[in-house]
Amino acid sequence: MNETTRDAFDQALDSREVRGRSLYVDAWHRLLRNKAAVAALVILTIMIALVVFGPMLVDWDHEIPDWDNYSTPPSLETGHLFGTDALGRDLFARTMIGGRISLLVGLVATLVSLLIGVTWGAFAGYVGGRVDNVMMRIVDAVYAMPFMFFVILLMVVFGRNIFLIFVAIGAINWLDMARIVRGQTLSLKNKDFVEAARACGATEWQIIRRHIVPNLLGVVIVYVTLTIPQVILVESFLSFLGLGVQEPLTSWGALVNEGAQEMEVAPWSLLFPASFLAVTLFAFNFLGDGLRDALDPKDRQ
Amino acid sequence: MRNPVLQVRDLEVSFRVDTGSIFRHDYHRIRAVDGVSFDVYPAETLGIVGESGCGKSTLARALLGLKRAHGGKILWLGEDLVAASEEKMRRKRREIQLIFQDPQGSLDPRMTIGDIVAEPLRVFYPSMSRLQVRERVTGILKLVGLRPDQVNRYPHEFSGGQCQRVGIARALVVNPRLVVCDEPVSALDVSIQAQIVNLLKDLQKKLQLSLIFIAHDLSIVRHVSDRILVMYMGKVMELADRSSIYRRPKHPYTRALIESVPIPDPVRERARARRSLKGDMPSPLDPPSGCVFRTRCPFATELCAREVPELETLDDGHRVACHHHRELPPPPEPGEASEPDARESAEP
Repeated sequence: MNETTRDAFDQALDSREVRGRSLYVDAWHRLLRNKAAVAALVILTIMIALVVFGPMLVDWDHEIPDWDNYSTPPSLETGHLFGTDALGRDLFARTMIGGRISLLVGLVATLVSLLIGVTWGAFAGYVGGRVDNVMMRIVDAVYAMPFMFFVILLMVVFGRNIFLIFVAIGAINWLDMARIVRGQTLSLKNKDFVEAARACGATEWQIIRRHIVPNLLGVVIVYVTLTIPQVILVESFLSFLGLGVQEPLTSWGALVNEGAQEMEVAPWSLLFPASFLAVTLFAFNFLGDGLRDALDPKDRQ
Repeated sequence: MRNPVLQVRDLEVSFRVDTGSIFRHDYHRIRAVDGVSFDVYPAETLGIVGESGCGKSTLARALLGLKRAHGGKILWLGEDLVAASEEKMRRKRREIQLIFQDPQGSLDPRMTIGDIVAEPLRVFYPSMSRLQVRERVTGILKLVGLRPDQVNRYPHEFSGGQCQRVGIARALVVNPRLVVCDEPVSALDVSIQAQIVNLLKDLQKKLQLSLIFIAHDLSIVRHVSDRILVMYMGKVMELADRSSIYRRPKHPYTRALIESVPIPDPVRERARARRSLKGDMPSPLDPPSGCVFRTRCPFATELCAREVPELETLDDGHRVACHHHRELPPPPEPGEASEPDARESAEP
């Protein structure tokens, strides 16, 4: 290669697009290349659209029984797409309404546990020493409290309220999150690149924001996608005990529970809510997997 | 000679080591750096050598305030950094930068090369426009021999040598006056080592940088340094010009280090008498009395156990901490002495 062609080559290289991309823009592009994650994203979008707008599409209300049709199988003639339950209530409307509650509990309670858990764990891990010790012993103490007792106590003191369920579940789940995040932070803060950032003059806050948090994301996201299904199941358990949502309001967990009791005579009353629940949980897991891979630049192909 | 940029006086850095049981609270202090003094002049390179665990890296961290010193002074352009507040120390890091030993580990795996190099700019010049940052980053990447179109790559896509270039770019992007290199090449292949060392020397000439070059490998330090400081167990053993150290090493420890460097010639290498150091460095929890080197020194006497040798300055500015440096037999190999001469004449 002679000098002029080399110069031209260098110039061509220099004039190429060199605008920096952020981790998140990069991660988004990588996520879109992951088929399973995109499918999960589409399914979740449809699911959310369904539970928000679905009840408006049918003539039947989730709480008023159709006096002519008790426990009928799905049929287009009667207009009960998913059939009716033992009280003659439209199962499609009930599944959609139940989905609202389940998704809301899943998302809000997870968000609560995410906020408290990450802040608590990251702070304890980053500051370390005595502060860390005290904060983690508090976590241990709360952990030792029986969950059901805690929920019942809340119900007794504040009365029955759907938001209390969010609070109660979130308040328990952040403990695991705090432990995981603390462990990660502890190992991250001793990494060379954190000291390098400090040597570059970064303040503690900048280090947390630019180095600790992005490196925590992978683990946190996986844990979040595990928490959402878990929370949805806990809610259904609470409903079963009569501590969760109350009739005529319902949730997927409550519907599955009812359906299971009539499984032999009316299988559709189990099939529809259960498949909605399962598909949603699957989608969350795939999305979580995809997000973790997308946020880790090392997996870039 | 010009005024030094950095004057270190009797610097002491210690670590706390808990030795108590759960019933009894107790701890020891280990002096990792113990009364170290030296100067660094503008645009010169001071090499620091010593075995692993002798306090080199701790010294480097103390100079940047990443590990606070417990005694002595670090005078940066006449200003004492040991007494400086955390915030003031942070701002001083624009002028003193650090290059790390582990090239890959010192780069955040989730940041692009462009973001990593831009970080010091964002920290110290928050008002700088994106365009200016981009231009500066592009310029510095070219300077260290990387292509500007690699800004969107991640550290794991680069080799160790390239990562170290990124580390150098990050250190130089804010125009520091002193760069502390903490074993910058010991994690790299030998062929890459030379590239990185030469790059550092080039940049030093171009940017009029002062360098503190820390290594445990004498041959590399000889290649880059103007003056060399030999450390052992947190103390200065010898400090002198490069030629002086290699031609007339005064301290038995320095001699042992020089003798341990292999000669790249099998015939001479086999022929020479090797007196490698016996034993390990004593535990820093329980340092020997008197001279810290006496437990491994072939010339140690009863005086060495009794009295700590002062760092004595000889006529030619050569400084050495040994009671017996005048009485030592001359270094054995004549071949060894001629080699540094040849090298020096080749370099301006």
